[in-house]
Amino acid sequence: MTRIAVVDYGAGNLVSIDQALRVAGASVVIARRPADLEGADGLVVPGVGAAAPAMARLARRGLVGPIRAWIAADRPFLGICLGMQLLFDGSDEDGAVTFGILAGRSELLRDAPRLPHIGWNAVRRTRDHPVFDGIAPDAPFYFVHSYAPRPSGASAPAITLAVTDHGADFVSAVARGRLVGVQFHPERSGRDGLRLLARFVSLVAAWPLDAAAVAAGAAAGPPGRAEAPAPRSEP
Amino acid sequence: MLAVRVIPCLDVAAGRVVKGTRFVDLVDEGDPPELAERYAAAGADELVFLDITAAPEGRGTLLDIVERTARKAFVPLTVGGGVRSVREMRDVLRAGADKVSLNTAAVATPDLVRRCARRFGSQAVVVAIDARRRSGPPGGAPGWEVVVKGGREGTGLDAVAWAARAAALGAGELLVTSIDRDGTQSGYDTALLRAIADRVPVPVVASGGAAGPADFVAAVRDGGASAVLAASIFHRRQHSIAAVKAAMAAAGLPVRPVPGVAA
Repeated sequence: MTRIAVVDYGAGNLVSIDQALRVAGASVVIARRPADLEGADGLVVPGVGAAAPAMARLARRGLVGPIRAWIAADRPFLGICLGMQLLFDGSDEDGAVTFGILAGRSELLRDAPRLPHIGWNAVRRTRDHPVFDGIAPDAPFYFVHSYAPRPSGASAPAITLAVTDHGADFVSAVARGRLVGVQFHPERSGRDGLRLLARFVSLVAAWPLDAAAVAAGAAAGPPGRAEAPAPRSEP
Repeated sequence: MLAVRVIPCLDVAAGRVVKGTRFVDLVDEGDPPELAERYAAAGADELVFLDITAAPEGRGTLLDIVERTARKAFVPLTVGGGVRSVREMRDVLRAGADKVSLNTAAVATPDLVRRCARRFGSQAVVVAIDARRRSGPPGGAPGWEVVVKGGREGTGLDAVAWAARAAALGAGELLVTSIDRDGTQSGYDTALLRAIADRVPVPVVASGGAAGPADFVAAVRDGGASAVLAASIFHRRQHSIAAVKAAMAAAGLPVRPVPGVAA
């Protein structure tokens, strides 16, 4: 069974992501210290709230280095909401310096009619990616946030996977190699959310190795890709 | 485009979902997680649990219900009723809630809103405002007073001013209930909703008085609400969530299609 470590750094509800990954077919380890990552096949960093306290708590638990090393080794990684924002250089919310693995900053959704952006909104894909297999190209997912990362530099179009409109388009999903980041909450997004997590779990077991092809948005996935198990229960 | 959320509210007492005109004539309706799962499958965009007993000795039961619900219904869950401290809010979030709604405690200690928002983020802090209409000066606009303890106690606070202050303190959303309309099925107080929605930058959830799909449309169009909450019309199965959403879509409002039902 695919083992997924979910990083616990005191940033909100872990019950939903734990349960959703189980329903998606994974065995879940809640990781509070570096040793908890041993034996894990995939890593999930969830989280809501502000970036600076999150980075401070990750640092206190000794998890900054191990997470950085995990991603540097291109091991399967999913960042959710704040867990996606932390991958970028920093956040305008509190000036936090974050992982800096992806170029760009988290910025306030300036053109939003109201903030926080709370509720279900269409995630419009700008390219194909196996984590979205079987999901409509504009399926609604659940959001709750006021900031979103704005990828910058030459790699921005290549890493952008989906955009969502709240007053203006913002980047709602990114991917690079075996890393995926989503601004929405798949664990709170009903059937399609469970489907995405099931896809991630099956990718962890057998990721199409050609990262360049993924980045280029190869229309057809490589052969031999594992199929996602159907969620065991429908929400 | 962001969909208007349709949110069933489940009143919970002693570990069971109950219904009645709020707080009286309660009838046992069943196990909260089971009902939550049913509503999620029927297209609920979020769920609200309101612990109407909110007794300290019942907290363990409530936390157990929250966790069992979070493991069954993969839609967001807001829990309200009796949360009085950062620590209590933390416990409810840890059990699996996404948001906590503060009502009486926020009125008594407004700084609680700020502290909870700083600790958990504004997106997790809902301030619930129960408002009662009061007559304004002759010829003037009507006003609303904040009431607490299930509407039994007035506070003298102006509801619109309190709403603005709560948002400034860090509330990420306001759940605005018209106590005059609550349980009466005479429609939302759209003037109240509009007065508040125009004063705050955060989403406003309409509550109190929904009788039919037209009321949901009015809450959004006339009241400026971002989400609509109702209890009895769903519990009594007078209208399905799908029917409400279909009516809203027909009126041109963005809704999330009910899973498995063609839009």
